[in-house]
Amino acid sequence: MELVCPAGNLPSLKAAVDQGADAVYVGFRDATNARNFEGLNFDERAMREGIAYVRRHRRRIFIALNTYPQPAGWPAWARAVDQAADLGADALIAADIGVLDYAADRHPDLALHLSVQGSATSYEALRFYRENFGVRRAVLPRVLSLAQVAQVVAQSPVEIEVFGFGSLCVMVEGRCVLSSYVAGQSPNTHGCCSPAVAVQWRETRRGLETRLGDVLVDVVGTGEHAGYPTLCKGRYLVSGATYYAIEEPTSLNTLDRLPELATAGVTAIKIEGRQRSPAYVRQVTGVWRAAIDACRRNPAGYRPDAEWLRVLSRVSEGQQTTLGAYHRPWQ
Amino acid sequence: MTVTETMIRARRPRLALGPVPYYWPRNELFAFYRAVARSPADIVYLGEPICAKNSSFRHEDWLAVGEELVDAGKEVVLSSLALIEAESELKALRRLCENGRFRVEANDMAAVSLLAGKGEFIAGPYVNIYNPRTLAALARRGLKRWVLPVELSRATLSAMQEERPAGVETEVLAFGRLPLALSARCFTARHHNLPKDDCQSRCLDYPDGLLLSTQEQEPFLALNGIQTQSARTYSLLGELDDIRALGVEVVRILPQWRHTPRILEVFADALARGPGAEQAQAELVSYMPAGPCDGYWQGRPGISWHA
Repeated sequence: MELVCPAGNLPSLKAAVDQGADAVYVGFRDATNARNFEGLNFDERAMREGIAYVRRHRRRIFIALNTYPQPAGWPAWARAVDQAADLGADALIAADIGVLDYAADRHPDLALHLSVQGSATSYEALRFYRENFGVRRAVLPRVLSLAQVAQVVAQSPVEIEVFGFGSLCVMVEGRCVLSSYVAGQSPNTHGCCSPAVAVQWRETRRGLETRLGDVLVDVVGTGEHAGYPTLCKGRYLVSGATYYAIEEPTSLNTLDRLPELATAGVTAIKIEGRQRSPAYVRQVTGVWRAAIDACRRNPAGYRPDAEWLRVLSRVSEGQQTTLGAYHRPWQ
Repeated sequence: MTVTETMIRARRPRLALGPVPYYWPRNELFAFYRAVARSPADIVYLGEPICAKNSSFRHEDWLAVGEELVDAGKEVVLSSLALIEAESELKALRRLCENGRFRVEANDMAAVSLLAGKGEFIAGPYVNIYNPRTLAALARRGLKRWVLPVELSRATLSAMQEERPAGVETEVLAFGRLPLALSARCFTARHHNLPKDDCQSRCLDYPDGLLLSTQEQEPFLALNGIQTQSARTYSLLGELDDIRALGVEVVRILPQWRHTPRILEVFADALARGPGAEQAQAELVSYMPAGPCDGYWQGRPGISWHA
């Protein structure tokens, strides 16, 4: 299995490569990718330098162009596709049918990966992208159980990449507009979920209030960890009970299920977190490199090392991890 | 061309009723569609878009209700499940797509895959069509009507309309709780501390979804099994002249537990006579469980309301 790691900037890219990532994925510094955060991502110069670094180490680089352009934005997205092709990206990760259509038409030699934002959850959906745009690989949304992943892989016409670690999207990616409902920007339109510009933190007598736009997402008491106000991870009131009505602020971690993912025929494990620091990328890449190598050497005897789990839990959102949908009872 | 000239040229949009997203009892569904047959809806979308475990109606029931609605003069479309996870769901999807009688609304790319190149199909609000290139790519494969994704604005729609391929109709959601997200997890089962596989059909208790409020008691979302909806009801009643001028062929009303036939009448009246009356607006608001919103249309956060 390949290890595909996130890089939000050059130091992260170098850290990923140095720690043994087989591929890194990156985005341009604009709304064309799903991690469009202030100060993050690559301008053209950084992209050239990053690609050169990856090439020197004989790894691969994928450029994510995985938002959905609207008519007014189309020229910028088309330009980004051309740029990714000209720069020599090993693959373009895209979600929008129009973008895939354009890329397949203008740059037939550019490998296309279907982004998780493309929301393909079945081999039947993947067939469409394969037959119409020659997509070679797809990243599955984090909503399928391990058995369902195995079923998709068994009949998939394309390689399958799955998320192994990082923030957990409880909603089907590419089909969640909670963020734009409250803050006017969504992963689909602006490449961001719960945009920082709409976030407010306020110390009150009740505790620390976190808001997105006008919506109170959580009130955190002393001693509690205050998470980023992602709408699906807030505490709300439902029929008189206040609780994490959608999802707890946890991270996804599939480290102990690696042999099952390998047996299922998954091509690549993806690490989430282009918005995270180079230190995160370094630590997480190092752990996953060691784990994948250990699993490859001896799948039957594979056990996650206690130290790996400690490292991962330190960098996890909410300091807890879950198998998410991979573990059927979670659903 | 002036707006008035465009309006004269643009035909009056037809009125569509979207599929029921909720889990309603079987007898209630029959009663609902009997009322719909007498309503001014021109197009009725049937089928289960959200939960594969909803067992109130089987495939044959939908076909039978479809025939009754055809007899009542309606155009009938079968809507597909929006999230496909299991092989059994693919199997049901194939049967739906190959029904041979009614056109199908694809609510997922698996459905698009099955329908593409095999005649005409409709892309529902769960299929991401954000630009004319996507629209054109799907039109080449048989797309005959598309529904504007909920988060897109009037400005985007207007630009889309200018480049829309010939022969493709545009449909716009004009009333209903907004479908905001889908998940593998069932939030209704979660609320009852039940596993999804043994949910005991608790959604039957929440025919308009389960209200989720903020800790300040502000109604925020409605949990409908694996779907998350807005608590507020989207309404474009006041925008119908504009919608018509934009050349939109179909406006969609989403079903709710009560008042749907009356809501269809209010929209039919507004389409025929113009929406002017504040009275009609006030009547609609009285049917909304948690007030109105229309921010998406205005290019603002969806939760906001122009007034």
